[in-house]
Amino acid sequence: MSRIQKRFAQLKADKRAGLVTYITAGDPDTDISYQILKGLPAAGADLIELGMPFTDPMADGPSIQLAGQRALKAGMTVDKTFDMVRRFRKETGDNGTPILLMGYFNLIYQRGPERFCKEAAAAGVDGFILVDLPPEEADELKPFATASGLDTVLLTAPTTDDVRLPAVLKYASGFVYFVSVLGITGTKSATEDAVRTHVERIKRHTTLPVGVGFGIRTPEQAAAVARHADAAVVGTAIIDHVKAGLDDKGKAKPELVPGVFAYIKALADGVRGVRKA
Amino acid sequence: MPSAPNSFRTGPDERGHFGIFGGRYVAETLMPLILDLEKAYNEAKADPQFQGELKYLLSQYAGRPSPLYYAKRLTEKLGGAKIYLKRDELNHTGSHKINNVLGQVLLAKRMGKTRVIAETGAGQHGVATATACALFDIPCVVFMGSVDVERQAPNVARMKMLGAEVRPVTAGASTLKDAMNDALRDWVATCENTFYCIGTVAGPHPYPAMVRDFQCVIGEEVRKQIMEAEGRLPDTLVACIGGGSNAMGLFHPFLDDPGVRIVGVEAAGRGLDTEEHAASLTGGRPGVLHGNRTYLLQDGDGQITEAHSISAGLDYPGIGPEHSWLKEMGRVEYVSATDDEAVEAFQLLCKLEGIIPALESSHGLAHVMRLAPTLPKDNLLVLNLSGRGDKDVPQMAERLGMKI
Repeated sequence: MSRIQKRFAQLKADKRAGLVTYITAGDPDTDISYQILKGLPAAGADLIELGMPFTDPMADGPSIQLAGQRALKAGMTVDKTFDMVRRFRKETGDNGTPILLMGYFNLIYQRGPERFCKEAAAAGVDGFILVDLPPEEADELKPFATASGLDTVLLTAPTTDDVRLPAVLKYASGFVYFVSVLGITGTKSATEDAVRTHVERIKRHTTLPVGVGFGIRTPEQAAAVARHADAAVVGTAIIDHVKAGLDDKGKAKPELVPGVFAYIKALADGVRGVRKA
Repeated sequence: MPSAPNSFRTGPDERGHFGIFGGRYVAETLMPLILDLEKAYNEAKADPQFQGELKYLLSQYAGRPSPLYYAKRLTEKLGGAKIYLKRDELNHTGSHKINNVLGQVLLAKRMGKTRVIAETGAGQHGVATATACALFDIPCVVFMGSVDVERQAPNVARMKMLGAEVRPVTAGASTLKDAMNDALRDWVATCENTFYCIGTVAGPHPYPAMVRDFQCVIGEEVRKQIMEAEGRLPDTLVACIGGGSNAMGLFHPFLDDPGVRIVGVEAAGRGLDTEEHAASLTGGRPGVLHGNRTYLLQDGDGQITEAHSISAGLDYPGIGPEHSWLKEMGRVEYVSATDDEAVEAFQLLCKLEGIIPALESSHGLAHVMRLAPTLPKDNLLVLNLSGRGDKDVPQMAERLGMKI
């Protein structure tokens, strides 16, 4: 079983949904970003998405665009992203919390999918969520990910109908990520009804856990998603808390890291307050 | 180099690939919409009524065919090849962009879309889209880098007069690449009612093939016109390349004529030895951006680097995927011209032929100035004069130190 499978099995045994937290690697700088990464599990994250900053994040709203720019400006690279994960596994001894790399395919393509997968797995990465690699192009990555024991979490959207879903699910492993709104990250939020309907629809096609993201900002929204899905994914709202902890020169204020953890704890309380059958 | 195919004109394959280039690297949200678009386009392409309507608009509204003009004074001055100018700058709205836009907006109507978005660099595609949307009474939003809004002010005013909303984009270097990012972001949120009218032979499949098909009218006319004028096919074709739509439109109908030498001219900005250029085929390598795999300017990790060109329309770090393939197959030569060379060419054409060319097209002309003198007098050379320079008048006046 992969780390992601084990984590979802544990969540099921605990009769609750999980909280997936997104941060951009290297935002606002490598040091602060690592401090946040290291403390995420204790703050209540069940799975971690580590965003690989990219110059042209076409599916991201302003918050994550700016986070990527801060990280790149501070010198973030693919190698340093792997280093963060390696350090996390070594220093925290946390061998249970899955870490997924999230981002855009070009960074993987440039290194070569085979080499990238090997290096990622060796660093302690568990899988990928790639915004611009739909099933039509996923053959470029899937065999190498599988060979390195990495899960590929594919995205489904409200526009992914029942006819198309099987094609997406064919490439999905670990869990399925349902993008709950039409749009970029951090803009709109879905209604609880819409989340329920879509999660039920996806579950008719797969036994994989379903994570739901886009537009979750409050513990109440996270709880509403947790009532229907196997995990709630929060990204932009966390990034906004990182940004709120920067002074006007872009340097981290002392309250940045504790502020992010306090917010994640509130989200986790929201998610954990929902008892599942 | 891969072995030459029987034909260079059969691409892309059913998955939108030209060799390793092209494809559909887009968010899942858009994927079903792109499949719909492909289906709708294939149906429209085979529908005589659609083709008839497009043909009517191209002739009665856009003014096609554009003339193939023998540039006698330019030919004499350069002292080599016999130079013809394909006068696509005479089209309604002032460039070749209208050829593609009329096709796409007709398709948008046919698909029942109620809103059109576009990205623009120099503003030529934006103006063409705003024009077609006025004609068809469809709301239109054009994304344009804020730097380009500044340097192409006349086109911004034109778009607004035509009823379009212009959204300045301030991310990144605030040029064409960033405009395309924001257009894609808008589209993800609005795809159910919105048609994204891409201005060049790039983006996810079917755009590169669809835009090419709409632009091929340029090369098809040239074939006919040169036969009438000279009784034979041309020897040399030259066109400037940003994304590469005017070049593809001229080149594609001649790809299977081995006697025709084909040259694309990228923007070398301040020089290929600097980091300030936009020559992705010369200075880049294959990567994935904006829905397709193609040559891109990028760093070792794959972060996209900023392009630079004096011409807003060429200021893009990528290129259409079919051009990348034609480069690898060796069928088309790709060269470049600097900002300074383009400015010199701009001035030459103004004074010799009484034609003010767009700065984009001036890059093609700059290469003709190098190439033509090396060719024999019976070499028939066709340069695609893809746009007129009215939009560049304020910028050039300032550069040349004129008070206006």
